[in-house]
Amino acid sequence: MTVAPKREDYDVVVIGAGPAGLAAAATSAEAGLSTLLLDENVGPGGQVFRAIASTPVTDRNQLGADYWVGADLVQSLRASSAEVIHRATVWSLDRNLEIAVSLGGASAFVKAKRVILATGALERPFPIPGWTLPGVMTAGAAQTMLKSSALVPDGRTVIAGQGPLLWLLAAQILRLGGRIDRILDTTERGNYFAALPHAFAFLTSPYFAKGLSMMREVKAKVQVVSGVTELSASGDGQLASVSYVAGGRRETIPADLLLLHQGVVPNVNLAMAAGVEHRWDDLQLCWSPVLDANGNSSVAGIAIAGDGAGIGGANAAVVRGRIAARAAVEALAPAAAAKLPAMATLRSDLAKAERGRVFLDTLFRPAPQFRIPSGDTIVCRCEEVTAKDVLDSVAIGATGPNQLKAYRRTGMGPCQGRLCGLTVTELMAQARGKTPQEIGYYRLRAPVKPITLAELAAVPKSEADVKAVVRG
Amino acid sequence: MTTNVDAIVVGGGIHGCSTALHLCLAGLKPVLIEKDYAGRHASGVNAGGVRQLARHIPEIPLSIRSMGIWEKISELVDDDCSFESYGQVLVAENEDELAVCRARVAELNALGFTHEELIDAAELRRLVPAVAQTCPGGVVSRRDGAANPAQTTTAFRRKAEHLGATVREGLAASNIRHRDGLWHVDVGPEIFAAPVLVNAAGAWAGKIAADLGEPVPVETVAPMLMITSRVPHFIDPVVILRGRKLSFKQFKNGTVLIGGGHLATPYQDRNETVLDWKSLATSARTVFELFPVMRSATIVRAWAGIEAKMKDDIPVFGPSSRHKGLYHQFGFSLHGFQLGPGAGAVMAELIVNGGSQTRISDLGIDRFHPSTLQG
Repeated sequence: MTVAPKREDYDVVVIGAGPAGLAAAATSAEAGLSTLLLDENVGPGGQVFRAIASTPVTDRNQLGADYWVGADLVQSLRASSAEVIHRATVWSLDRNLEIAVSLGGASAFVKAKRVILATGALERPFPIPGWTLPGVMTAGAAQTMLKSSALVPDGRTVIAGQGPLLWLLAAQILRLGGRIDRILDTTERGNYFAALPHAFAFLTSPYFAKGLSMMREVKAKVQVVSGVTELSASGDGQLASVSYVAGGRRETIPADLLLLHQGVVPNVNLAMAAGVEHRWDDLQLCWSPVLDANGNSSVAGIAIAGDGAGIGGANAAVVRGRIAARAAVEALAPAAAAKLPAMATLRSDLAKAERGRVFLDTLFRPAPQFRIPSGDTIVCRCEEVTAKDVLDSVAIGATGPNQLKAYRRTGMGPCQGRLCGLTVTELMAQARGKTPQEIGYYRLRAPVKPITLAELAAVPKSEADVKAVVRG
Repeated sequence: MTTNVDAIVVGGGIHGCSTALHLCLAGLKPVLIEKDYAGRHASGVNAGGVRQLARHIPEIPLSIRSMGIWEKISELVDDDCSFESYGQVLVAENEDELAVCRARVAELNALGFTHEELIDAAELRRLVPAVAQTCPGGVVSRRDGAANPAQTTTAFRRKAEHLGATVREGLAASNIRHRDGLWHVDVGPEIFAAPVLVNAAGAWAGKIAADLGEPVPVETVAPMLMITSRVPHFIDPVVILRGRKLSFKQFKNGTVLIGGGHLATPYQDRNETVLDWKSLATSARTVFELFPVMRSATIVRAWAGIEAKMKDDIPVFGPSSRHKGLYHQFGFSLHGFQLGPGAGAVMAELIVNGGSQTRISDLGIDRFHPSTLQG
């Protein structure tokens, strides 16, 4: 059962119930602000703490201690006066802080004095030859099944890519009795040297010891091939084999399932559609919103917290959520801010949580050949546009992603660029000898998630329409 | 440094691009100046209707001239612009509306225009099988159709450049002034000078005209459109309604474009619009009632393009009433896309020959200002 929001206006509307959103909503409500938390999933937790209130996995060790931190966040949210609605898909937010949300097939509109976006991250596209074949999926999708249904792969499984989440997923699959035949590590060898100057900070971060033991745990059970420089999937209508090059040697192995992952990037669609200014982050290789120290964006009243503000991980997300909420409280009810932790305390918490991030970003910066495809490799899945198609369009005058739409319809399908946007930007930048910042990104518009015509048709008439009818 | 050219065209919409292209065909070397990129605003994001149907009488000659060019668009711009011609149908939802249609067609016939044709319920059903059974008829313009607006504007820009036009995108034309018999315009660090200046700056054209002493009653508007997911093919012509704000078009790939002129709030200085979902819901309701097949389709995207709308809904087209060498081509009031190819051709004739066979006399800026030009 999905219920409609109780009010039309709120002091604070938080969008997304991951670590940042949970923390922000609890903080704002504790300070006495009328607070609405809208979340797309069936329960709280976002991706990191997915199914935290409902997972069938009961052995805490299998998902790791970090996962269960989410339970405390949910606890404090439930103890607060925040109104929480799940299965709520926000499909529009504009610069007037008007929010359209779909709830069980019907849309409602609410207005906020402040909006805190906590829409988290998406997995970075991994456009290798064959990545659209059935049998190839993202590691994140596999982890979703694992957390919500305790489902693990049992066929011949290859995991390819890099980054902390890859190792976490591998460990979780193994602990739950799943099968992994081989891990293909695509981390560039040069990255180890580049990351070295940042290693000290990382050694003192909480991620270090945990990361190291997890990698040891996985490597004891699975053959790990490092230094993979080429990767492709093939099969006739279904994945049959994975081919790779490591140390100059090519090898092809049969596989039923290939899980791909090369890090996560901010989920910017809602923020961009609201008109929030974004900038290309050259280290994280993605678009990040331009924010002040409190998470405030270029649109008055909209703040962004969590990985949507730039990838920082779950611990940083929680603190960013508290900072954004505290800033909202300071603006709307300054007297109530006194009962919240001081901003200085929160900032030092954030610095601690972000320690080691540069090391991770540098070490796990994906290699160009895995970000920028060539030839017949699909770039845009919705419209089946290849890298060559994009380059051909550039040759006859397409200058950026928005112009490209006129030539190839890239980004105009149901995913609205989520699966191709970064690839298109980087591919066009490379082809035109420009920076991604100069090339730009798709202009995103609402609905940020599709809604049915029937649902839109059922939207209550505007006040002006109603008045006209009454008078008529 | 000043670069001398034959003409300066301000605005890279379909109109500016078409005029630049036709000036090139006439042997001139124009510069085309666009503050964003060609087709960034209304010209690239409109509904793509190629429509003679239901036009204001003063612009019908220009529309017919344009239609002839649309039918050979590939020859002109080396690109089919995804132009297709399945006609446009105006649907009357009741007998009263059909009576208005009948009177309109009679009026056009009396003026010698035959492109609009009254149709009965049977012919309406043949053309648009999916329309609600209660509609008694309407009007069809059979040569009409639709094209891809961004593809079209881009093609005109590309061909103009290919034929020798200088194109400057990403920098606004500024400091427009007339000195020593020439128009001068700054574009970033560059200065262009020419005997001819064409003001085709769309939503930004009214300010240019006003700054040059020719203010006109114009406002900036942003008509909204939305597009659906793919649905099985069920309709060929573009459909518009007589009584309600709706236009409707299914593309080859199955997606359906829903428009009709409900307005977003434009933020012109930021190149931004804020959509009005409650108005879009009105469009959705109309489609829901008229085309049951559409009910389960999803809305994938909605948007609005910024453009100029005249108080009298008729464009400003032709020579300035105050300055020699200045020409206006703006204020197309939500229906300028189809006119683009023809308007560029006629504008080039006005500039090069001093006149055109196509009747445009009711569109001049002199309807707001008595001419002060000396013969």
